[in-house]
Amino acid sequence: MSTITHSLRRVIFRSGAPRTVAVADEAPAAATQPQQRGGLEIAPNDPIIGYFQSAVGAVDIDGLELDSPALDELRAAGVKLVVPLVTQGELIGLLNLGPRLSEQDYSGEDRRLLETLAAQAAPAVRVGQLVREQQAEVRSRERLDAELAVARLIQQNFLPRQVPQMQGWAVAADYRPAREVGGDFYDFIDLPDGRLGIVIGDVTDKGVPAALVMAATRSVLRASAQRLIEPGAVLERVNEHLCPDIPENMFVTCLYGVLEPASGRLVFANAGHNLPLVALHGATSELRARGMPLGLMTGMSYEETEARLQPGAQLLLYSDGITEAHDPGREMFGGPRLAAAMAEAGGGDGGRLISALLERLRAFTAAAAEQEDDITLVAIRRMPAAAELADFRLESAPGNEREAIARVELALAGEGLEPAQMEQLKTAVAEATMNAMEHGNGFDPERPVRLRVLASAAEVRVCISDHGLGQGDLRTAPPPDLDAKLAGQQTPRGWGLFLIRNMVDELHEHGDDDTHTVELVLHRDARRH
Amino acid sequence: MATTLEARVRRGDGIATVALAGDVDGGAREVLDAAYTEAAGAATLLLDFGDVAYINSTGIALIVGLLGRARADGVAVAACGLSDHYRQIFEITRLSDFMSIHADERSARAATQGGAR
Repeated sequence: MSTITHSLRRVIFRSGAPRTVAVADEAPAAATQPQQRGGLEIAPNDPIIGYFQSAVGAVDIDGLELDSPALDELRAAGVKLVVPLVTQGELIGLLNLGPRLSEQDYSGEDRRLLETLAAQAAPAVRVGQLVREQQAEVRSRERLDAELAVARLIQQNFLPRQVPQMQGWAVAADYRPAREVGGDFYDFIDLPDGRLGIVIGDVTDKGVPAALVMAATRSVLRASAQRLIEPGAVLERVNEHLCPDIPENMFVTCLYGVLEPASGRLVFANAGHNLPLVALHGATSELRARGMPLGLMTGMSYEETEARLQPGAQLLLYSDGITEAHDPGREMFGGPRLAAAMAEAGGGDGGRLISALLERLRAFTAAAAEQEDDITLVAIRRMPAAAELADFRLESAPGNEREAIARVELALAGEGLEPAQMEQLKTAVAEATMNAMEHGNGFDPERPVRLRVLASAAEVRVCISDHGLGQGDLRTAPPPDLDAKLAGQQTPRGWGLFLIRNMVDELHEHGDDDTHTVELVLHRDARRH
Repeated sequence: MATTLEARVRRGDGIATVALAGDVDGGAREVLDAAYTEAAGAATLLLDFGDVAYINSTGIALIVGLLGRARADGVAVAACGLSDHYRQIFEITRLSDFMSIHADERSARAATQGGAR
């Protein structure tokens, strides 16, 4: 026994890849191979695998005649006897022995002993292999999850926290990352003279590298936008910046536009991104501009296109995550289907359009399907022209909200609102006016609250302005906790915002240096319950 | 702010009905407090909003405060006479989870006695 264990020089075990056999133990002194632990790699097509797999008991290496590179290697390593480790019909390793120290041949008893050892060792080695494989799998999954989390973090850190609020416009955006985060991004940039820079883009590739390129693109674009204004020149500059540093095989599609809210004028340039859609009066059209994606080659120029968004028009920017989504039959959602869905969705603010499009997409892909790629949607709507039915000011004094609702009701008397809608609007107007008088103007008699009542074919809008700074985002304030209030753990107050939010179809707020305005919107076609 | 709310308390069969008339807003605090004190001892407090035309968020806060006191005192609270609009507001604010809502005083009394006996 001691002779055998002494001359048992190598245990070869299978590594992760099937049919790849590696040496685990130290090499014999006589061996000339440089690899100490790298091991013997047996090619999957080496005939010796089939031979060992079907061999019964120990195999004499010197007696073998096979055209096998692995056999040559075993001989070169001084191996005389091999006991294949086979379990469940699969070769999982080799027990290799050099010459006996006594220089005699291995006896029948030696062989029986080795075969017994091999029969017991094989399943044990296999279990060890499985454990190692599983551990490696867990480690790689953990690493992947951590990478995904980092990519998601980068991505979400660079997306705008809120959408811009502009008088006469409604902006909405939605970003839905796929499980393996892609490189979608969008951005809004405040420019001089009240203009707004609008960005949407998509980095090819996924994960951390794409997220980093996205972050770099966004920063360069933001810096260039302030200095250059012209969208074509901005994209040109960004392209020059990206080209030297961007990893090979990666590029960025990006659309950049500058909007003048007062006139509806939109000038944009396009670096290979999906063409934006404009819907007006139930018809949809594409806005076109040509240009190569960013980061491919230097010296590119970008065509500029000018469009005018009419009152009531809806502009949609999107990423290919929506158009290239598949149904269970592998058919793509596609641009025409998106345009049709957009025309069908009709008026309302961008939030309504986005939910309608996502709803349509869900129905197309079948709800269970995992989202294939990031989906980004940015909807920018110019509000329809409206008639002004009233414009008045009220002193900021407790109780004056009653006068506000009386005058709003009077102004809307001929508008044919359902009585229930009118009641809801009155409650919202009362609450918003109270907030404006108390929190905005501090009940200062010198600072009146201004109310404007506007009506268009699609909606009724009441704008309530004060001289305060607003109280944070009205739309995301947490709802009151009635249980805590009843238990005396919270003040019983704090219902105003909650009531406003629940009484109207849309709620907007915007402000400048000395006024803050809340807009309450009721859709004429909406029936609230 | 001048109060425009009046409250009359009627008692009978363990139920104290508080008939409210006017506006339930910030000016209603004293009137509601006084009505609650006057109704003490009844097993059920029934708020009748039949002649209330306006309730605002401050009024809701006063009702929440009154409801909190009643719960601490072991008194059940019910409401009747709400318009469809304010009934909706009682539902979205979840006030209706903590007080039973009835069309009028008669159905409120019938339901309360049926449930109590």
